[in-house]
Amino acid sequence: MIALDQKRYLRRRILNAFNLSISMLTVSFALFFLAWILWTLFSNGLSHIGLSTITQMTPPPGSKGGLLNAIAGSLYMVSMAVLIGTPVGILAGTYLAEFGRSGWLAPTTRFINDILLSAPSIVIGLFVYELVVHRMGHFSGWAGALALALIVLPVVVRTTENMLQLVPNSLREAAAALGAPQWKIVVMVSYRAARAGMLTGILLAVARVSGETAPLLFTALNNQFWSNDLNGPMSSLAVIIFQFAMSPYEDWHHLAWSGALLITLFVLGLNILARSIFRKGSNE
Amino acid sequence: MSEANKISVKNLNFHYGNFHALKNISLGIPDNRVTAFIGPSGCGKSTLLRTFNRMYQLYPKQVATGEIILDGENVLDPKQDLNLLRAKVGMVFQKPTPFPMSIYDNIAFGIKLYENLKKTELNDRVEWALQKATLWNEVKDKLDQSGTSLSGGQQQRLCIARGIAVRPEVLLLDEPCSALDPISTARIEELIHELKSDYTIVIVTHNMQQAARVSDYTAYMYLGELIEFGVTDMMFTKPSRRETEDYITGKFG
Repeated sequence: MIALDQKRYLRRRILNAFNLSISMLTVSFALFFLAWILWTLFSNGLSHIGLSTITQMTPPPGSKGGLLNAIAGSLYMVSMAVLIGTPVGILAGTYLAEFGRSGWLAPTTRFINDILLSAPSIVIGLFVYELVVHRMGHFSGWAGALALALIVLPVVVRTTENMLQLVPNSLREAAAALGAPQWKIVVMVSYRAARAGMLTGILLAVARVSGETAPLLFTALNNQFWSNDLNGPMSSLAVIIFQFAMSPYEDWHHLAWSGALLITLFVLGLNILARSIFRKGSNE
Repeated sequence: MSEANKISVKNLNFHYGNFHALKNISLGIPDNRVTAFIGPSGCGKSTLLRTFNRMYQLYPKQVATGEIILDGENVLDPKQDLNLLRAKVGMVFQKPTPFPMSIYDNIAFGIKLYENLKKTELNDRVEWALQKATLWNEVKDKLDQSGTSLSGGQQQRLCIARGIAVRPEVLLLDEPCSALDPISTARIEELIHELKSDYTIVIVTHNMQQAARVSDYTAYMYLGELIEFGVTDMMFTKPSRRETEDYITGKFG
């Protein structure tokens, strides 16, 4: 072996140890706050979660109750948002990845979508307020669902496009070489190859909107009672947390913590589901 | 060369944007024979192959001019129906490209595009294609498994089976063995021998021994030009051009 430059090697080792410890430090810094948030949520929320949380309506101050109407409202509006936002998002993402390879329309759409992706959700709330609530003359679940759909949309567009771009061109060529028309290549080959990633994107979009408060404050407002009428004001977990946490009442605080824990667990579950689907899909 | 030509290329030029990739190519591909394109990397042999089914048209800025006459019709005519052309001119690529679906569906995909077969007829056709590609015995008990679960050599034979299942007349092979081990390569070469009685085969290869083994005719290309085209045995024993001899004997390339 050629004589080792001991000094140089030592310097390399010290530098390596230094870099490693810095990155471990930053990881523990990030994880520390995450663990702290989770700990606060669990210690404050867990003791007040019970059967009544998911079977009773939100109570007036001073009496017992649960979060049923808020949970139901959230589920209604989030599912509607996904039903509206996902098809549009998938089609737009498909256009960007598969059809808009030349010309100005795709780059422009992509740019606008990126702006929408980073638009503050309160702006979207105000927009839908002006567009729907103001014209209809009252707050409604539909307006809330629409605001959430506008947040789902750019996420789905982006993930669909990215996942389709990961599909190797050689697969498209192979299908084209058999004489398959382009729509068939997209539906039968590209979608199949990218479906795990696309599904993951939808789940992450659901996770993203289920905690959104600002767009709902201006659109669905709130409702202290059970309502499955999307034409009227509707309760949601996020808005209830906001309202109850800001209130001076002790039992409302407890419910707000329970709601916060429920949302967090829901989002955590969705993330785990998304990851396991993605992993299974990419192992195929 | 007195044999009938399946494909006649006349004054073909090809551009990638500003790059002139094929320069005035003219040659005839004989019917029911194996024709090999050889030459160093970047000489345009794959580009030439990809004009025969207009594969290049998937990408903007790639333009071919001239004539490619297949069965009396100009392939480059804008009125030519691309999907019908590609159903008639099959292609197998360098890397195996099984679709993310079952082995059975991989084969059935292309058939269903143009034929409405009964279930039993479809089954027969899938079996026939897999038999032809000498893959049937290895996969007959796992037709519902994913095509991507096969080994590299099996995947490539699956792709060949997929290509012949639609019963094309011409089969284009773009370095079909370059990602395969010697045993799989030998099987594919045997397969080419068997297939040439039914198909006109054009193969691009980096491997000169492979060209010598499998082809009846060989075209040597360099920097976008066709240097020499002739019967393979002649090309490898008494090439008429000095450049061809240098390449084949390894003095160059």
